[in-house]
Amino acid sequence: MSTQEVSADVTLELITLTIDGFEVTVPKGTLVIRAAEKLGIQIPRFCDHPLLDPVGACRQCLVDIEINGRKFPKPQASCTIPVETGMVVNTQLTSNVAEKAQKGIMEFLLVNHPLDCPVCDKGGECPLQNQAMSNGNGESRFDGYKRTFEKPIKISAQVLLDRERCILCARCTRFSEEIAGDPFITLNDRGALQQVGIYEEKPFDSYFSGNTIQICPVGALTGASYRFRARPFDLVSTPSACEHCASGCDMRTDVRRGKTLRRLAGDDSQVNEEWNCDKGRWAFKYATANNRIKTPMIRGADGELHEASWPEALATAAAGLSVNRAAVLVGGRATVEDAYGYSKFARVALNTNDIDFRSRVHTDEERDFLTSAIVGVQVNYSAIDRADHLVLIGFEPEDESPIVFLRAYKQVRKRGLKVTTIAPFTTRGSKKLNAQVIKSAAGNESQLISKISGLTSKSVILVGERLCESYGALSAALKLAQTSGAKLAWIPRRAGERGAIEAGAIGTLLPGGRPVSDVAARVDIQSAWGVKSIPENIGRTTSEILVGLQSGDIDSLLVGGVDPLDISADALVGLEKAFVVSLEMRHSSITEIANVILPIAAVVEKSGSFLDWEGRARAFETAVDVPDLRSDVRILSMIAEKMGKPINLPTVAAAANEFASLGNWDGARAPFIAASGTAISGDTILASWRLLLDAGSLQDGEVNLANTAHPSVAVISTDRAEKLGVKSGDPVRVSNSRGEITLPCEIKDIESNSVWVPRNSHTSKTIATLGIASGASVSVVKA
Amino acid sequence: MSKLTPVLSANWDEKDSFTIAGYKRNGGYKAVEKALAMEPDAVIQSVKDSGLRGRGGAGFPTGMKWGFIPQGDNKEHYFVVNADESEPGTCKDTPLMMANPHVLIEGIIIGSYAIRANHAFIYIRGEVAHVIRRVQQAIEDAYKAGYLGKNILGKGFDLELILHVGAGAYICGEETALLDSLEGFRGQPRLRPPFPAIAGLYARPTIVNNVETVASVPSIIANGPEWFAAIGTEKSKGYTLYSLSGHVNNPGQFEAPLGITLRELLELAGGIRNGHKLKFWTPGGSSTPLFTDAHLDTPLDYEGVSAAGSMLGTKALQIFDETTCIVRAVLRWTEFYKHESCGKCTPCREGTWWLVQILKDLEHGKGTAEDLDKLLDLCDNIMGRSFCALADGAASPIISSIRYFKDEYLQHLAIGGCPFDSVASTIFATSPAGGAK
Ligand SMILES: Cc1cc2nc3c(=O)[nH]c(=O)nc-3n(C[C@H](O)[C@H](O)[C@H](O)COP(=O)(O)O)c2cc1C
Ligand code: SF4
Ligand code: SF4
Ligand code: SF4
Ligand code: FES
Repeated sequence: MSTQEVSADVTLELITLTIDGFEVTVPKGTLVIRAAEKLGIQIPRFCDHPLLDPVGACRQCLVDIEINGRKFPKPQASCTIPVETGMVVNTQLTSNVAEKAQKGIMEFLLVNHPLDCPVCDKGGECPLQNQAMSNGNGESRFDGYKRTFEKPIKISAQVLLDRERCILCARCTRFSEEIAGDPFITLNDRGALQQVGIYEEKPFDSYFSGNTIQICPVGALTGASYRFRARPFDLVSTPSACEHCASGCDMRTDVRRGKTLRRLAGDDSQVNEEWNCDKGRWAFKYATANNRIKTPMIRGADGELHEASWPEALATAAAGLSVNRAAVLVGGRATVEDAYGYSKFARVALNTNDIDFRSRVHTDEERDFLTSAIVGVQVNYSAIDRADHLVLIGFEPEDESPIVFLRAYKQVRKRGLKVTTIAPFTTRGSKKLNAQVIKSAAGNESQLISKISGLTSKSVILVGERLCESYGALSAALKLAQTSGAKLAWIPRRAGERGAIEAGAIGTLLPGGRPVSDVAARVDIQSAWGVKSIPENIGRTTSEILVGLQSGDIDSLLVGGVDPLDISADALVGLEKAFVVSLEMRHSSITEIANVILPIAAVVEKSGSFLDWEGRARAFETAVDVPDLRSDVRILSMIAEKMGKPINLPTVAAAANEFASLGNWDGARAPFIAASGTAISGDTILASWRLLLDAGSLQDGEVNLANTAHPSVAVISTDRAEKLGVKSGDPVRVSNSRGEITLPCEIKDIESNSVWVPRNSHTSKTIATLGIASGASVSVVKA
Repeated sequence: MSKLTPVLSANWDEKDSFTIAGYKRNGGYKAVEKALAMEPDAVIQSVKDSGLRGRGGAGFPTGMKWGFIPQGDNKEHYFVVNADESEPGTCKDTPLMMANPHVLIEGIIIGSYAIRANHAFIYIRGEVAHVIRRVQQAIEDAYKAGYLGKNILGKGFDLELILHVGAGAYICGEETALLDSLEGFRGQPRLRPPFPAIAGLYARPTIVNNVETVASVPSIIANGPEWFAAIGTEKSKGYTLYSLSGHVNNPGQFEAPLGITLRELLELAGGIRNGHKLKFWTPGGSSTPLFTDAHLDTPLDYEGVSAAGSMLGTKALQIFDETTCIVRAVLRWTEFYKHESCGKCTPCREGTWWLVQILKDLEHGKGTAEDLDKLLDLCDNIMGRSFCALADGAASPIISSIRYFKDEYLQHLAIGGCPFDSVASTIFATSPAGGAK
């Protein structure tokens, strides 16, 4: 298919047909089963799935069809037949033949199906159970022997298969192949002994495996962590949004008696369609980890932390922040409402613009780029759907924003979307995207960006958050977009970063994208907040705040959800000197030095919203109500109150409303001053990013999930392997003056002057161990 | 012997019929010279004019199928020969390839030339090792003689012919499953459309034809379409191979005009086993509804068999005399379908699993008369409901056997077991009832 064929603006040809006596008009290409849905006619089905290619395998959806008076001699699978003009369809509602055919199929499906309903995870939400009731015979005529299998078998650490329950609809296998591009499960054998199987030498290590469980129309696939834990009718479901990355997945959180038992992908055709990644699905036990903080704590004169009452802790925090010169660090996981709270708190309660949400490697170039080119701009998933060329720079979608990967893969598979990536080597993801890989050592991207040509206004450039580590690269990417007219989007890793920019949790911006440097923008906010003034100077960045703490220029700090080791190996040192108020969920290195700790609610325990990378709001409700655990903004509002400088944001809703009422800045943006990078040289330059599944603290407590993480390896070139005398799998040691990381090596097409390791896996933590993230020299030796 | 029209089988009894020399001595590889001098479209037209219909079972007009291949599409085209022959009773392609592989190769060159394919494949079932060796040798000889490879006969036409050995699955005879298997996947039928002529092997325009179909082409080119069309009946033209097996004195392949009757064929085959009489038979392999002695004079062409309620299929006539238990025979076939069901669709996969259990009980006299109604109802739920025609084939013998022999089923129930001496129907039967000696 050529790109023109799928371009959006073509007017759709419409087709009118009759189903069960009712006329319906649908776009050409619509399948009969879907046209029927439009009329509210539900044809039973199993293998059919709107996002998978039709197979026509289960035969449950048979209907009678006539075209211009010519009747098909036998009933047809409505999930495989596109509508035609003059088609007359009779479903089970109006055709005895269709009804009998469907009942016959249902009876066959149950021939080899166990009567497990009372103990089956799917019972109560099972399409087979439901449709057997609605479209089957009351009783089976089968009195023979059923096929049995040893149960269950492990498809992966987290997906289990009870083969006797499988109705062989091939949804799971088609999902893996068509949607995830990980064809590691297939149907094997034949006849009634056909079964889903894996290839032992290639495990089902797909980041998207959990979706197979969700779309399995029976209880054949179950999740190791949910299996036998609950019945669907005992669960209370709450619409949620995923807190794990900036993809923006719609989700559903299922809770029984105050305990989160599972999370499912929600249905949002604009964003995640019906999918999510395994991290989003399974990483939720961190909220119930045993290092969770439930009561406020104050560090006493003895240097130890003591539990305290809320009023006492709030008063201590307020006092400490009032008398000193304070700054704010807020991690990238805050909700929009919380980020807005921090932003307002900094300006109103602390009278400073010294606030930064970037608790990670960051640069001034990045701040200016976000301030001038990203804030307020929306580029959507649909731009990928229509793109004529997708360019990825410093961004590994499968690891860093998995739904972006799925969306791109869909277009690659459907219409051969052209993908170019600037990356250190050809990753599994790039292979699946059939991407042209422009190889670059970390830090040298800017030179290569300017060489990309042929982009049009339909092209999309996606830059990863870590591209800022390569000086001059964001400037080059922006220039490429400006000269070619291509759309440019910035994809952070964390769910809260985009919202934090819009909320003004950075020194250059006030809420709604208002430049701090713009007097009209400040006046806007002053009057909205009813304050006399807003500080005029550009606020300090995270690293400047750290310097300020070291030098004593700043002596107190409000921190929310920050792991100092994400910023730099030495970040903690500066913090130790200051008066630190920490809003935290769990004990960490920051709570070890904090003076006041105020416990906050986890995502499932509060409401709020994130902005995904598109800038689209992703709202969620409280799924588990824990009294005394509040969203950050409510606590900030209480501290501000105690300080006598109220911010008046007593609830999440109040914060959301106030933020919305501010609207977006429509004045000029701060001009961007391009930075230009100098080529990095050296014969061993470190490259790294975070794998989707790694040592991230939000993945704590989920062993099954951890077991499907991709192995940590050091990627080296053939040349280097030869020089070191190692073969794939042999250990190598990556080191610098600060420390060393030893990993098995994997030989790939990486440039010979580069080495890649995972940034934060259990065996490879570059910032903590080597003090660097990427783009710096290291040495590699045989271990 | 006047009824026989040996063309493909004319020289099967010559000692070197399978060699290139033997083939050429009898006029082989003349048609390809003629064809390569024609326009490809003219070759297709000749095949159309001849009225040749596919010999793989469905009887689809071959010339019309070739005409579906889009021309000038700048895509690779493929010509694939279906030599999977696994239908019970069907044994025509295997002996043909054994005795006369070059006529197949000549047909492949002509067919590939007509549809503008430069790659052809023979997908042969894996069990027939001796035939595989022979076809492989024939291909090598044809390459050496310049009939395959680059610039064939100096006419600028290139053709590579690859022999692919299947792993022995009946379903891989179904043309789209065959293509999957040829591509290296597990053979399961594909959703159509797109049909192979538009997107077949590796999603390129592809023709899949039966061995016998392809082997019939050289004679059409050599003798002209009119010659071919003059043989046979009005809508079923030409000669074909009928395979007779079972309780006949001289089983084997009989090449005769379409429209011949079983009575005539039996005469050629030396009649039913001595001392026995015809009970039932399949006109076109086990997938076609059974006939009885009432159908001895049914013309064995597409229309005649169809009018009598069955299908010409592969023209595999399995003959059963009165010593055969219908329940037992049908159960054996059903077991075959259960074993060969690919598992893709529900009615076939689960239906055959269930049918076997019911039939096994019936064979042992277990069950009730209602079970026959249940059998028929299950067959009704399978027939025309499945993804491919395999399951229709599974239902056919059951439905037709109950139609003609319901009493015999009931008799099993009445006496609580099989009323037949199971040895009597075997070839090694020695009892008087067996009588063959
Ligand atoms: C279950 C099944 C098995 C089949 N097996 C064979 C086979 O072994 N050989 C064959 O030529 N056709 C077989 N066919 C028919 C093929 O699908 C196809 O129609 C045929 O190869 C077309 O060739 P023709 O047009 O020359 O007849 C089979 C069909 C089905 C449904
Ligand atoms: S899959 Fe559905 S029908 Fe089958 S045992 Fe489970 S709940 Fe019951
Ligand atoms: S495991 Fe579930 S999704 Fe997969 S084939 Fe079986 S029934 Fe379908
Ligand atoms: S009828 Fe269905 S299960 Fe049977 S062989 Fe065809 S596709 Fe496979
Ligand atoms: S839903 Fe149509 S065949 Fe399965």
